[in-house]
Amino acid sequence: MDFDPVLLSRLQFAWVIGWHILLPALTVGLAAYITLLEGLNFVTGRQVYVRVSMFWIKIFSISFGMGVVTGIVMPFQFGTNWSRYSDATANVLSPLFAYEGLTAFFLEAAFLGVLLFGRKLVPQWAHFVAALMVALGTLLSSFWILAANSWMQTPAGYEIIDGRFFPTDWLQVIFNPSFPSRLAHTVVAFFITTGFVVMGVGAYLLRRDRSAEEGRTMLSMTLWLLTVLVPLQIFLGDHHGLNTLKYQPAKLAAIEAHWEAGRRVPITLFAIPDEKTEANHFSVDVPFVGSLILTHEIDGEVKGLKDFPADQRPPVAIPFFAFRIMVGCGLVMLGIVLLGGWLRWRGRLDDAPLFLQLCQLAIPIGFIAVIAGWVVTEVGRQPWTVYGLLRTADSVSPSLTGSDLLISLLAYVVVYLFMYPSGVLLMWRIVRIGPATEEPDAAIEAGRPKAPVLAGGHVGVGDGA
Amino acid sequence: MTQVLDFVPIWTLILGMAVFFYVLLDGFDLGVGMLFGFAPDTASRNTIMNSIAPIWDGNETWLVFGGLGLLAAFPLAFAIIIPATYFPILAMLLALVFRGVAFEFRFRDGERKTFWDHAFSYGSGIATFAQGVVLGSFIQGYEVTGRAFSGSSFSFLTPFSILTGIALLFGYGLLGAGWLILKTEGDIQSAARRHGRVCLVAVLVAIAIVSIWTPLTNLAVADRWFAWPKTLLLAPVPIATAAVAIVTWRALGNSQAQVMPFAGAILLFVLSYSGIAISLYPMIVPHHFTLWEAASSDRTQAFLLVGTLVLIPVILMYSSWSYWVFRGKVRADIGYH
Ligand code: HDD
Ligand code: HEM
Ligand code: HEM
Repeated sequence: MDFDPVLLSRLQFAWVIGWHILLPALTVGLAAYITLLEGLNFVTGRQVYVRVSMFWIKIFSISFGMGVVTGIVMPFQFGTNWSRYSDATANVLSPLFAYEGLTAFFLEAAFLGVLLFGRKLVPQWAHFVAALMVALGTLLSSFWILAANSWMQTPAGYEIIDGRFFPTDWLQVIFNPSFPSRLAHTVVAFFITTGFVVMGVGAYLLRRDRSAEEGRTMLSMTLWLLTVLVPLQIFLGDHHGLNTLKYQPAKLAAIEAHWEAGRRVPITLFAIPDEKTEANHFSVDVPFVGSLILTHEIDGEVKGLKDFPADQRPPVAIPFFAFRIMVGCGLVMLGIVLLGGWLRWRGRLDDAPLFLQLCQLAIPIGFIAVIAGWVVTEVGRQPWTVYGLLRTADSVSPSLTGSDLLISLLAYVVVYLFMYPSGVLLMWRIVRIGPATEEPDAAIEAGRPKAPVLAGGHVGVGDGA
Repeated sequence: MTQVLDFVPIWTLILGMAVFFYVLLDGFDLGVGMLFGFAPDTASRNTIMNSIAPIWDGNETWLVFGGLGLLAAFPLAFAIIIPATYFPILAMLLALVFRGVAFEFRFRDGERKTFWDHAFSYGSGIATFAQGVVLGSFIQGYEVTGRAFSGSSFSFLTPFSILTGIALLFGYGLLGAGWLILKTEGDIQSAARRHGRVCLVAVLVAIAIVSIWTPLTNLAVADRWFAWPKTLLLAPVPIATAAVAIVTWRALGNSQAQVMPFAGAILLFVLSYSGIAISLYPMIVPHHFTLWEAASSDRTQAFLLVGTLVLIPVILMYSSWSYWVFRGKVRADIGYH
């Protein structure tokens, strides 16, 4: 049996990072939401905010724990599987990763303990500060990791000596051409993802009636947020596309399945791209609109895949379909938000059971869009790890054999397929129990003698006494 | 290139400290994780877990910083050592996954409580063993061609690396016992004292074997320790080790000593760690590359140094604060009224 270590390393990396990103997508948003709730309670003194916050802190603590352990896997991947990439890029990229550790991970980790377990041990303002610091940490984390990723997409501020990259200008390295739009688009994506989760859970609680007040608070707050963010995200996505057109034209051509360069190009809504014949089958095109969307001019010029040598083209079908999934999600989100706004305007938000059910169904939509978006980004970067400069095939660790990788990939698959469903199940149980109706007392929550789920189905979480 | 300042010694010091912090901090909470497996009932397991629940994440962050610091300051070493220890690292990461989520999963997941209890203690043990194996293979050195590891993914596996793996189990066990003595009372504390003594003996045996084995198989190390008059300079290390061992043994048996067992365990780690450092310096990939040869560019080291010097003290400050918030003895039922 002979397996290709490069292909398997890619699969392994895609597997572990694909699962990892789902958790930041939730925790970046939740950390900010919890901070907001704690702040609102601090200012207004309304108890409902604490109850909602306590509820989400529980879910946050599970997802954060999973985010941390899957995150620790990530930097080691660079060493185990991509050692030549590490050797080549470390001089430029490693400080960005290290700064992520210094500014973000320590901050989150230290204040997380106080946020989760310290409510009764520190003054209220200090607890609020802890929440704020955790939220700040998650944002700083996104900042640095996306700076590094963006540098791999659009390298800048470097020189190459003997096949290795060396920094010449740190500001250019960090604020490389695709970074601002990627940071904005991704962070907004995280907030949106969390928004749909909170809204869906709020809808569920509202329908169940028992925690209606909390459910209404969740639904109403997030609907406002999403009303702003979803249209903003579509605008940012368009902006991001312009950036890609400029700096990664081959990726853009793959996203649009354009084989020939031209002006006044159509937009292809659907097709089956065929790399062998270099053409599309069954394509559904709208004339001119391609140029209009991509360049914002009716006869703007767009490059085609045939402008690039075959060994420098990304796969076409994957970015093409993933992009349509992402944009599709964006449009569905817009639909939901508009519908919600209309219902709110008519004052019928609470008793629109179909809409509430729709919100529940939409819980995973952000995650789907995030994964699809990243697949576009990363597969579209192929066959390079550093765009145009370092090939993926030249990045892999030379000592690895196909069977080494088969073992490790299998191990990651088994472990993650066991751990993630367990985590989701636990979060689902927390949702089913719903927010506590009274204020809890436990200073240290973990390992309490009687866990809420053991103490009978419907115990509120304040069961300390 | 002319340069005003040589950053390599500074980074050696910072990284050396970061790795040591990791060994100490995650060492005690991995050790606590292993001892957790020996606790007789749910109540004591809860107490043991509570003693580290609010701080383990911060402790583990030093692993991330150690790894990333190595990548940043000595990328060539990172690019050789990590692939060379492919499987121990895989085992460590997956064990840390199980162990890490067990904190949350254990008490929320009613039915499978015993499963996550096991995940916690075995995960801690496997992660520790894997780290010990990495250490052993690192001391022995790797096959290198050009700038890359060229052995097989199984060449890490030697009697020596297995020995260091086992040694670290007892080493972290000792740290964990010290922590539990510090943070608990009653039965849990007495059990920790007993476990601590077993670990201490095993650690001393392991230190002795490693100290004989390494110079026997590695002439450079032998030369460093046994060439007169260097022996005279280095003699304090084994002598201090023996002294600390005796004090720690006594403290473990003295029910009044709350802090001393932990402090003694830490000192033993300081001494062993410096022993290894003395043996290997200035190599970062033993037999192949020195710290200077593996270092990243001046610009890279300088850029990161600026932030590190500012941020590390800040990190130490707020991390100490979070330890302080959870100071004192823990009980399973604290704060439940
Ligand atoms: C809630 C999630 C979400 C939603 C609704 C959208 N996106 Fe997106 N998109 C992402 C989440 C995302 C992402 C996961 O965050 C990506 C992956 C990498 C990145 O920078 O953002 C991404 C990448 C990404 C890229 C690839 C850029 C590159 O790598 O060069 C483009 C061109 C767009 N997006 C454009 C859009 C457009 C036109 C949208 C309009 C509906 C849209 N996105 C909605
Ligand atoms: C190769 C890429 C990545 C690496 C090397 C990496 C590394 C890590 C590590 C080591 C942790 C654990 C931190 C701790 O111990 O507290 C972590 C958690 C985290 N990562 Fe990643 N990560 C990667 C991708 C990403 C991406 C793409 C994002 C966001 C855009 C992200 C955001 C976060 C956040 C917010 C956390 C905190 C834990 C959580 O929120 O779940 N990471 N990551
Ligand atoms: C956050 C979400 C991310 C997702 C979902 C993601 C997904 C992927 C996928 C699907 C691939 C495989 C592409 C292919 O082989 O066709 C890949 C490759 C890769 N990504 Fe990302 N990625 C993310 C972020 C990052 C970040 C932040 C970094 C580094 C800082 C990074 C570094 C790499 C590297 C080194 C590869 C090499 C393997 C390859 O190119 O095939 N990725 N990623």
